[in-house]
Formats: sequence, C-alpha cells, structure tokens
Amino acid sequence: MTHFSALSLLKNAISGNKDWTEQWPDAQPKTEYDVIIVGAGGHGLGCAYYLAKEHGITNVAVIEKGWLGGGNTGRNTTIIRSNYLYDESARLYDHALDLWEGLSQELNYNVMFSRRGVMMLAHNVHDVQSFQRHVHANRLNGVDNTWLTAQQAKEFCPPLNISPNARYPVMGAALQRRAGTARHDAVAWGYARAAAARGVDIIQNCPVTAIRRGPTGAVEGVETGKGFIKARKVAVSAAGHTSVVMDSAGVRMPLESYPLQALVSEPVKPIFPCVVMSNSVHAYISQSDKGELVIGSGTDQYTSYSQRGGLPLIEHTVAAICEVFPIFNRMRMLRKWGGIVDVTPDRSAILGKTPVQGLYVNCGWGTGGFKATPGAAHTLAWTVAKDEPHKINAPFTLERFTTGRLIDEAAAAAVAH
Amino acid sequence: MLLIRCPYCDETLPELEFAYAGEAHIARALDPSSVTDEDWRDFLFIRSNAKGPHYERWRHVHGCGRFFNAVRDTVTDRFLTTYKAGEAKPDLETLTGDAR
Repeated sequence: MTHFSALSLLKNAISGNKDWTEQWPDAQPKTEYDVIIVGAGGHGLGCAYYLAKEHGITNVAVIEKGWLGGGNTGRNTTIIRSNYLYDESARLYDHALDLWEGLSQELNYNVMFSRRGVMMLAHNVHDVQSFQRHVHANRLNGVDNTWLTAQQAKEFCPPLNISPNARYPVMGAALQRRAGTARHDAVAWGYARAAAARGVDIIQNCPVTAIRRGPTGAVEGVETGKGFIKARKVAVSAAGHTSVVMDSAGVRMPLESYPLQALVSEPVKPIFPCVVMSNSVHAYISQSDKGELVIGSGTDQYTSYSQRGGLPLIEHTVAAICEVFPIFNRMRMLRKWGGIVDVTPDRSAILGKTPVQGLYVNCGWGTGGFKATPGAAHTLAWTVAKDEPHKINAPFTLERFTTGRLIDEAAAAAVAH
Repeated sequence: MLLIRCPYCDETLPELEFAYAGEAHIARALDPSSVTDEDWRDFLFIRSNAKGPHYERWRHVHGCGRFFNAVRDTVTDRFLTTYKAGEAKPDLETLTGDAR
C-alpha cells in the first residue's frame, strides 16, 4: 500500500499515474478467524480497523454480500451532526464527531470531512420551543449548538426564504457549526485500506447465509456463499438485513426495515454553503463538492427490502424544498435511490453484546447511521475485543426493550424520521 | 406507487389513500397484569420484519376509514392479497401473486 503524501502524489504524477498499487487486496476466506464482521459498510470496516489498531486483533474478516460500501454507506446524504437531546445519544454522537475531525489524518485517506454547519429550521412556536430546549440540553452536555434568529439564519444560508408570507415561515433556527458532511464512499474506502494494511481480510460478493451456534449456544462461525468459516466472535453490522442475519442465530430483533430515499440534482456552481434540515416541512438539503444538491427526507411508510421506495415521497420532499428555497424550483433532478434502514421502536441504535455468547450487534441506526460511523465502529471494537460494554455504548443494549429503559429520540424528535 | 385493493370498498386504489399500520396478527394479551416483561417486549417491540411475504395492516384513511390486513412481498412490494380485519391468516401456499 502506498502512503499518500504530497511527495507521492507528485512522483506518481510525473510517472503518469501508472505506478499506483491496489488500495487493498480482494481476499479469499481462510478457514478460521478470531473475529468475523458481517457487512462491509463504514461501520463494519471501521470496527475491523479499530480492532486491529487499538486492540491488536488482526486475524479478522469483514464479509460482504455485495460490494464494499454498496449498502447504506453509499446511499445516504452524508450529513454529520451530534445535536441529539438525550445524554446517552449526545455522548455517542459527539464521540463520533470527535473522531470525524481527525479521521483523514488517522486513515491517511481524505474523507473530505467539511465542518460547514447543520442548521435546523423552526417554522412554528412548538419548533422554536423544542429547538431552544435542544440548544440548552446540548450545551449542558458540551455539544456545540446555537440559536439563530430568522435574519441570522438568512445570513448564514443566503438561498433561504424567510419571507413572513411563506407557507412555512422561518421563525429561527438551531445551528451546529461543528457539524457538516463527509465523502461517504471515501469513508468506506479509507477504513478498508487502513484495515487491510493491518492484516484484515475483506471478502466481497460472499453472502453470510446463517450464523452457526454450538451445543453450548455460543457462536461457532458463519455459513457463507463460500462455505463455513469458523470464528468464536461474530459482529453483525448489516443495517437493513440485521434482523434476517440475527434470526439465523435464533435472536429476534426489535427492528423494522424501511426504504429511505434520497435524490440529487444536476450539478451547479457553489450556491449552498451549509446543510439545512426542516423537520416540519420534512426535508433536508446540502450541496456536494461535485455541485449536486443532495436532498432527502423521511422513510416510506411501509417496510420493504426493495432499495427503491415510492415516488409520492419524492414529490412530497421536492415540494418541501421548493417551498423553503424557491430559488431551486427549476432545478432538474438527476438520480434518486433508496437504502434499507433498520429502525428501532425508540429510534436509537442497538450496539454491543447479545444474549448469545460471542455474538455482537451494531444496528438500529435508522435514518441516521452515517454520522455515527467512527463512534459506533470504535466502541463496538472495544466491546468485541474485551467482551464488555464501552462506557459510551453501554446504554444502547438490546435489554432496554425488556427493562423499558429506552433512549427515546423518537419522542425527542431531534431528527427528521 | 403501490396500488392497493381495499377489501371493504372492493376497489384498487393508489397508495396515497392508505396508511400503513404495522405488522398484522399481533394479539394483545387478554390478561395484561399476568404478562411477563419478556412477553411485553415481544408484544410491543419485537417484529418479524420478514424478507418475503409479510402480514401487515393498512387503513383506508382517505376512503372508508377501515383497517384491513394484507400479505405483501417485501422484496418486490407486490401485494399477494388483502382481506378484512378479523379474517384468518391466509395460507401462503394458496396465494398466487396478484391481488389486483
């Protein structure tokens, strides 16, 4: 693997960029590993990387049924923020944000993390009150969040329509300046490259069909499209397909999988400086470095594994965008796609141990898993290595659905569901 | 857009007239005070999340307003059948495919 530096870029430019070596080898499975991770998205690859780097466990395989980063890692709207209401969530997402800030240096791979700010619009008195409560709760938790008047919001994001005659007038906004976006594919590639450099096997086009348990109930390995692979520890990080995989180990999950759609416009010159979310009109928007407007909203209403979703939701989303940003009402949309997101009843993740010995799970991120990638991966690696919860992921157990100790971000409504 | 047959109106109508209402055939315990924490968890939170034929409830909100049940394949989004609330679960073997 070539170390990226200004010098290596220059040398390869002079030699016509013909001498670059592959970023990571396409591995074939061995018969046994110490740890198998199911799913090569950002979360799974990140977990492998931190296992190798921080815990010295390098006999690890990441097994992916499709191609690397082809699931929700490649299908989201790349928004990163940590302004969640509850203490548990604030700690987890802020831990992720801390890691995002140094990630390009850490991985020697440019993930294009951009702290451009995420602004959430308040359109009515209820929004104003609940967002101000969020701002105060966040600041008590040491999480950056500030309140803006409508005029300040317009100054921060000039395309915004703050006319009092708008159908959904802007009455103010909560701004997290430290939040922003990153290049989603680069996150998967950067983690894959850094993990492979430390000896992790990344096995693509190899579906995990079942998790095999031994006579004591403990995990023995996984059945795959390329045969049985032995491992005493298996971590499932399979997003929308988590409940299917966990079912094979006899663990029923409090998850439902929904299509979450997003779309991009034709590319235009830089016009949109930040990320804007509006929960009331239900849409969010930013501009990618390629110039496309990246637009998303909530999930479709029905569960599905189709990675498609319906057009009524797209129409609703685009109508909301045109209402808040009339300047974009003649933009043409180029592509739309769907990812399958696994949603928990309280809209918080499940991250850590399971009732089965040697089986770990990282799921339930719903519509907002991308932003958590480094934090989830980092704390899951701790749990897998030490077989005990990390202090940050400890509240995000599967048991909370029995005890009733939910982390109810659904009711807190900090997010566009 | 999904096209859904309401078994009460006996008409096939666009998805926009309907609201999804979660998995079907999940019965609340007759004697709630005797239910264990594990059974409450299963009733409230655990779902089959089937990949393939899925029993689910829909409500014809912008029509007759009534709840009914459906079997839909969650891989293709095709409805296999819809039937009135209270009717027994249809046998998957007998369903041929197109509810329309």
